[in-house]
Parts: sequence; C-alpha cells; structure tokens
Amino acid sequence: MSLTVSNLQCTRGDRQLFSELSFQLKAKQLLFLEGENGSGKTTLIRTLCALFVADKGEVLWCNQPIQEQIESYRESLFYLGHLNAIKGDLSVLENLRFNHAMSGQKCSDDDLLDALDKIGLYGYEDVPSRQLSQGQKRRVALARLLLNKSPLWILDEPFVALDVAAVELLQGIISAHIESGGMAVLTTHQEVPLTQEKIQHLNLDQYATQNAEASYV
Amino acid sequence: MSLNWFKYSAPMNFYPLAGKLVPIFWILAIVLTGFGLYWGFFKTPDVLSDQKQYYRIIFVHVASSWMGMWLYVMMVFWGLVGLVLNTRLSFMMAKATSVTGAFMAAIALVSGAVWGKVSWGTWWDWDPRLTMSLILLFLYIGYIALQSAIDDPRRADKASAVLALVGLAIVPVIYYSVNCPNPNECASLHQESSFKGIESNILLGMLVTALGFWMYSFAVILMRVRNIILEREINTKWVAELQNGR
Amino acid sequence: MFKTFWMILKRDLKLALRRRSEIFTVLFFFIIVVSLFPLGVGFDEKMLQSIASGVAWIAALLASMLALERLFSSDYVDGTLEQMLLTPQPLPVLVFAKMTAHWLLTGLPLVLIAPVVGILYHLEAETVKVMMFMLLLGTPILSMVGAIGAALTLGLRGGGVLISLLILPLYIPVLVYGAGAINESMLQSGNIEPYTLLLSAFLLLSLIFSPWATAAALKISLE
Repeated sequence: MSLTVSNLQCTRGDRQLFSELSFQLKAKQLLFLEGENGSGKTTLIRTLCALFVADKGEVLWCNQPIQEQIESYRESLFYLGHLNAIKGDLSVLENLRFNHAMSGQKCSDDDLLDALDKIGLYGYEDVPSRQLSQGQKRRVALARLLLNKSPLWILDEPFVALDVAAVELLQGIISAHIESGGMAVLTTHQEVPLTQEKIQHLNLDQYATQNAEASYV
Repeated sequence: MSLNWFKYSAPMNFYPLAGKLVPIFWILAIVLTGFGLYWGFFKTPDVLSDQKQYYRIIFVHVASSWMGMWLYVMMVFWGLVGLVLNTRLSFMMAKATSVTGAFMAAIALVSGAVWGKVSWGTWWDWDPRLTMSLILLFLYIGYIALQSAIDDPRRADKASAVLALVGLAIVPVIYYSVNCPNPNECASLHQESSFKGIESNILLGMLVTALGFWMYSFAVILMRVRNIILEREINTKWVAELQNGR
Repeated sequence: MFKTFWMILKRDLKLALRRRSEIFTVLFFFIIVVSLFPLGVGFDEKMLQSIASGVAWIAALLASMLALERLFSSDYVDGTLEQMLLTPQPLPVLVFAKMTAHWLLTGLPLVLIAPVVGILYHLEAETVKVMMFMLLLGTPILSMVGAIGAALTLGLRGGGVLISLLILPLYIPVLVYGAGAINESMLQSGNIEPYTLLLSAFLLLSLIFSPWATAAALKISLE
C-alpha cells in the first residue's frame, strides 16, 4: 500500500504553482506538507483527492493511477478540509451519522455515540448543531476519524479552531492511525508525537516554478 | 502539404500562424462579400414573387442567420475538443467564436425586423425563423455571461463548454417547439424547404455572401483568439520575448 | 446505489421540513405572481381564461428557478458537497437524489396549488385537471434542466440572476407544450395527447442526460 506522486505540475489560473514534484508515502508514514501561502498546498491536496487534474504527472495509489480506480481509491481515502460539512439544522448525531454513512462504511448508533463520547461531546448528541461553538463543530467533523477505516487520511489544517485538549486528542488519534498501519498527509505546523523515521517533510517552496523573472526581463 | 496539428495546438505556435492567416481571411471576406452583394443587388430580378426591391435584404439576413447557427455548432465543437483532449487553445477558440456568433445572430435579428417592417408592415412578428434567431441570441448571451462571471479561466472554459453542449442538445427540441407549437396541426405538415422556387442566381448571391461572412468570421475570430492568447499567457517567456522583439 | 439515493433524499427532505418557511416562500411567490397578472391586465373573464395557461407556466418557471439557487449552494458553502464528491458512490446518483428532493419540495407543491389558478382565472374543472397533469409532467424537467445551471453557477457572484439567463431559454419547449396543452383542452375538439407525448419524451431525455451533465458541471465547479 503506497501513495506515489511522480513529476507533478499544477497551474492555477495563469500561475504555475509547482513542477517536478515527486514523493512516496508508505504505510505507517506521515507526511507534513509545508510551504508559504500560495505555494499550492491546497491545490496539491485537491490533486491527491482527485478533485483537481494536474497539468502533468501522476498520482498513483498502490502503483496504479488514481483516475483508473477512482471508486476504490475513494474508499481508501478520508479527506477533511477547512469546512466541517455540518448542517446547523441537524442534530450532532444526525450530522455524524450522515457524514459517516456517505463514506459507505457501516457502523451502529452505539459506535457513533461512542465516537462522540471520545471526542468530548458526550451529552451533545441531540443538540442542534447550530448551537455549537466553532471548536465543537470541528470536533463533530473530527469524530469521523474515530469511525473511519480508510488507510489514507488527508487532513488540511486539522488543528485549526481546536483548544489545547482537543489538539492533544487529535495528535493521539493521528499517531494511533499511523501506528496501526495507516498513512496520513497533513498541512499543519503542529507536531505529532511519532518516531522520526515515520515522518516525512515536503516543502512546496522548493518546487515552485521560477517563471516570474522570465516575464519581467 | 501536411500540417502538424499538434504543433499548432500550442498557443505559442498558433499565435504567429493566426497572425499570418488573418490578412488572407480579410481579403477573402471582402472579395466574396463584395461579389455576393454586387451579384445580389445588380444581377438578380427586381421582383421576387410579390416582393419588390426590398426583398434583397435576404442576402444579408440569410447569410447572417446561417452564420449564427453554424458558429454555435463550431463553438460547441471547440468546447467539446477542449473537454475531451484538454487543450487550452480549443477553449480559447470557443470563447472567441461566441462573440462573433452573438453578433451574427443580432444582425440576423435586426435585418429580419427591417425586412418585416417593409414586407409585413411590422417590426416584429412571431415568425418561427425570427423567434429562433432571438432564442439563439439568448443562448449566446447565456454563454458569454457565464464565461465572464467566472474568474478562473480553466473553470470558465469548461463550464461554458458544458453549457454550450447542453444548449446544443436542447436546440432541436426548442426548434421543434417553435416551429410547431401545436402538434395536432403539424403532425402531417412537412416543413417546406425555403429553397424551393428560389431562382438559382438568387441562391448564388446568398451562398457567396454566406461564404464571405464565413471568411469574415474566421478573420475576427483569429484576431480575437490572438488577444486571448496574449492575455492568458502574459506570464510566459515567449510573450515576454515577443514584447522585447518589437 | 439505491441506499445512497434514499439516504440523500431523506436528508434533504428532513432539512427542508426543519425550515418549512422555504417551501412556503416558493409557493407564495407562485401565488403572488399569478394573482398580480389580473391586476395588471384587467378582470375580463374571457381574457383571463385565455392567458391563464401561459401565466401559470411562467409563474411556475420563475418559482422553480427561484429555488434552484439553493439546490447545491448550501451544501457547497458548508463543505458537504465536497465530501459528497469524494465518496465512492457515483456522483450522478447523488445528484439525482438532490434533484428529486428539489422537485418534491418545489415542483409537487405547485402541482397541488394549481386549482387556485383555476379559481382566480375562472377555469373549468376539466381545464384545471389538465393543468395539474401538465405541471406534473413538466415541473420535473424544470428541476432537472435547472440543476445543470445551478451546478455551473455554483459559488459565483450574482448566481441567481445568472442561472435565469442560462436556463430560461432552455425551458422554452416545456412552456410551449405545457401551456399549449392547457389551451387545447379549452377547445371543444381538443386533443392533448400529442402534447403529453412530446413532454414525456422531453422528460425522459432529461432523466437520462441531466444527472450526468449536472455531475460533470459540479466536478468542474469544485475543481
């Protein structure tokens, strides 16, 4: 099981973000995606999720292009972006139930309640989500991590809006996922307690295309 | 002579080629349109069935309404090529075509209205052909509105290509419903060809003018596509070199 | 696949029922437009009868259009749509479920409210029946063709007005035959069967193609 990126080049608008980007992520590994604002972190993440098609290069899952096995790739993928996908009009439990069911993985209401309990929302299951604070909504979204059995997690700024306790909780969830054979791609500055050989760093600034100077010669 | 199409699908290579083609199309457009209109005005009978001199607006009206339809098909074609092959140049062609297409549909509409005023005594009549020109103009306007509402050129290109494609799929249904609003009556009625009974030298004038309009469309579309290329490739090396060369 | 369809349909209906005012907004919009016409053109019974079909259909087009903007936009804003695109389920099925919900919440109520038009415009019971039947056939087309426009204009400034520019011309056949059938039914020797067949054919075509076109449009808009 591996995620391989080879020779990727992406353009957004008329600006080339990065080119000749390659890396490989294996089971039990965590990749930190770094780079300045506008370096293309979000675009790379969307490319990894097969939402965005790169100009050049390929993304391979288990040595096969993701476009050729899109449905099975999506079963192996869990993605969480900036948005929580929480509906204010639904209760906490209903939100979690629907969002988890969309992934096609089964689970009982007991599992759902258990996950809410672990994420620190015990007793909130029937509360309309619009009454939750920003951090609590984020916790509802993160509760899906406890239920999800997909091997590849792609998390875009997962620690934003969380308090200290929740940050620790999430660090624990991610490292448990890695230890149990999963893999994850993260954009964050937050450390995750793991041994060094399991952690990779990728700085997008090193792959930025230097074409700005050409146009001003 | 064999052209290497893939070479010219790159905007960088197409830009100078288009520059060379534009004057050729302009000359052809002027010669053909001039000949067609000359033929239409001086070599055709003064009276067509019950219509006098004024029927001659037909040479502009028919040519422009044909162009309105053909350019829509061409626009869809380029959009489809872009969606399938993911070539930027074809999207640029589609975008450049849309404005000329809308212009042609508008000319067809105005010339039709003028014709209607002199022959029927009214600027507007809900005649199927005029109605269809109006709807075609609406479709072009929708396309252009969507294209200009989206900031990201990649999304704008693809979204408008899908819209044009959906439009083309529904156009036959619209055409049928405009031509035959009451299906009880036209189930047995065959659409009479408008060519029937038209003298061949009138037809000649119409065809040559239409050909001239084609050439004009090619010329302005290529000019517009050159502008779009420069606009979108502003940050590339070759555009910078182009500026320095001058 | 059917499970996914059912799950999304149920969720959309549940959400709408928790915000009932939105359903009624569309419904009252329809009624207000329909009742404004006589105030503008006069109360002559003959004339009202002759314009009733067109007025009812145009009000239905506008009402359905009004609700289209919300079809995907609330899911887009809170990130649900992005998650839907990333599920292993085929996107056209998800889209079709959302279209069905849209029709149940905006199209079907219009069908049920049509007798009000009959009262306001002095129509006979027979004509009202035809009107309801044609609305039943035509409003799903509005939801399905409109969904393509809603997907294309997702997240754009002035999305609502833009949708109408893109989609209203595509509604023309529904308007022509939907209204035509009602007029036909007022005649002594009226035969609405050809209208029914034509609208059914159009309905079938949009059933086949619009979920795919909408799915493609959504992918482009969310790229």
